[in-house]
Formats: sequence, C-alpha cells, structure tokens
Amino acid sequence: MDVPVLKQGPYLIATVQSALTDADLAQLRRTLVEQVGRYRSRGLIVDVTAVDVLDSFACRTLRDIAHMTGFRGAETVIVGIHADLAFAMVQLGLSLEGVATALDLEEGLAYLNRKQRAAKAAAPGLRPPAGKSPTRDRRGH
Amino acid sequence: MAISEHIPIKADTDVLAARQKGRALGLQAGFASIDITLLATAISELARNILLYAREGEIELRLLHEGGRRGVMVVASDQGPGIADIERALQDGFSTSGGLGLGLPGVKRLMDSFEIRSLPGQGTVVTAVKWELR
Ligand SMILES: Nc1ncnc2c1ncn2[C@@H]1O[C@H](COP(=O)(O)OP(=O)(O)OP(=O)(O)O)[C@@H](O)[C@H]1O
Ligand SMILES: [Mg+2]
Repeated sequence: MDVPVLKQGPYLIATVQSALTDADLAQLRRTLVEQVGRYRSRGLIVDVTAVDVLDSFACRTLRDIAHMTGFRGAETVIVGIHADLAFAMVQLGLSLEGVATALDLEEGLAYLNRKQRAAKAAAPGLRPPAGKSPTRDRRGH
Repeated sequence: MAISEHIPIKADTDVLAARQKGRALGLQAGFASIDITLLATAISELARNILLYAREGEIELRLLHEGGRRGVMVVASDQGPGIADIERALQDGFSTSGGLGLGLPGVKRLMDSFEIRSLPGQGTVVTAVKWELR
C-alpha cells in the first residue's frame, strides 16, 4: 500500500489512506526521511485520518519518522488521530512523546507556519530561504 | 451455532486481516465504535507478537452469547519459544525485542478479561474477551 506524498511549498504532506502493514510502515519511514532531504522540506505532515488502528509498532514508527526527519531539519506534525484511536492509544500506554500533533490538516499547516515564522525571527539567514527550484511555492503560506 | 473464525498468522498482511475480521465480529456483537477500535488494537498487538516471537500461529475469533450479552473472544496461539517469565512480560516496558513492551499489558487494559498460558519451548496462548457495553 503506497502512501501518496504531496509537496506543498516547503512542506510535505503524507496521507495514509488505509491500514498499513509493518512493511508498509517501514517503507513510509524510509520514503519520508529521504524525501525530506530531497526537497529540503521544513515541515512534514502525516495525516492518519483514515487509519483504523495505531498499535505499538505503528506508534513507534510515527515517532521514529518525526525524530529522523527532525535530524534532517524538518518539523513533523501528526494530524487526524480520531477520538477512538486516541482512547485506544492511552489504554495501550502509548505516547507520541515529543511529537507535535494537530486535529486536522489545516491546524497542522497552521502549526508549521507558526514554527517557520518563529524560527525565521529567531535566526534569520540560518538556512537559505526555501525556493531554489522554480516549482517551489515562493509566496509562503 | 457459535460463530468462530480461525485466521492463520504468517505474514504482516495477516495482522491486518485479523484486525478486519475482529472489527466485523465486533460490529455483529453490537459493539460501539470505540470498543471495536479497542478490540482491533488488541488483536493487532497479539497477532504481531505471534509473528515476531513465534513466526507463525493463529488467531481465533469467537462471537459469545452469555446471559443475553454478546462479546468477542480472541484466542491467540502459537507453538513458538514461549515466555519464561510471564509476570515480567506483563509489565509495562518489558521487551526482549527492543519494542515498547506495551503489547501484552496493553491488551490486558484494552479487553475485559485476559489470560495467558505459556511454557518455554512449547508456545503461548493468550485468551481475551471484550463484552458489549450495556
Ligand atoms: N507469542 C509470544 N511468544 C513468545 N514470547 C512472547 C510472545 N508474546 C510476547 N512475548 C514476550 O513478552 C514480551 C512482552 O511482550 P509485549 O507485546 O508486551 O512487548 P513487545 O512485543 O516486546 O513490544 P511492543 O508490543 O510494545 O512492540 C516480549 O518482548 C516477548 O519477550
Ligand atoms: Mg508486542
């Protein structure tokens, strides 16, 4: 099961569209870590709205994705954990420790935009501005 | 007649299949959506343990009727290496595979009843039941 990854300006959006096997999850982790580097992304949104179960392995993989892409300079936000899933995760004893979450895609984007602005204000010029390639959205969001 | 299904667990896709069947049975048992998710999560953990530690085994799902109440029983069995120290295996955070060590204790919390039998060298059987809320 392939997870489509959309490039939107300086961000990547991965939309998990159905239940994933362990192999799919491992593949997703590889793909995202690689693409964050390739597109020099500043942020990554993983949308799990369509996911039926987040068990211990899936949760650990999401955490790994966030930490690994973090080391590559991108902030990850997990969006779309619905109420049933949140309840099950708490019962299991799972946490997304240190990983940002937001209710939905819109909130996730808003979060990343806030982070971007804060980072720019704190350290202007630390990283070259996004937008070296002509396909990249220069306006920002 | 009792409805019962045996799902062989040999590959990671079987974990998804077991989860889906669990959902279907939970629906038949009149479970609320939240309980279906809890059941599916428990099945996922048990099936994954079979794959990881015993390489293969099976998940049996059974629809229960008792005193007008419906439930789903999950029996996860394998003939793998077994568990030497069950008490430790049931503690949060104990893992021999670098996992989070939350599977077994988590299943215990997700389900209404939980029982584990295991003998080193002979295998493991976990039986857990979730009942319809009323
Ligand atoms: N079917 C099994 N056969 C043999 N050993 C098992 C089996 N299930 C669990 N165990 C043992 O019990 C330990 C605890 O299992 P548990 O599912 O709680 O955690 P985990 O699998 O290590 O990590 P997690 O499930 O959080 O990813 C395992 O590390 C393993 O040693
Ligand atoms: Mg486990």
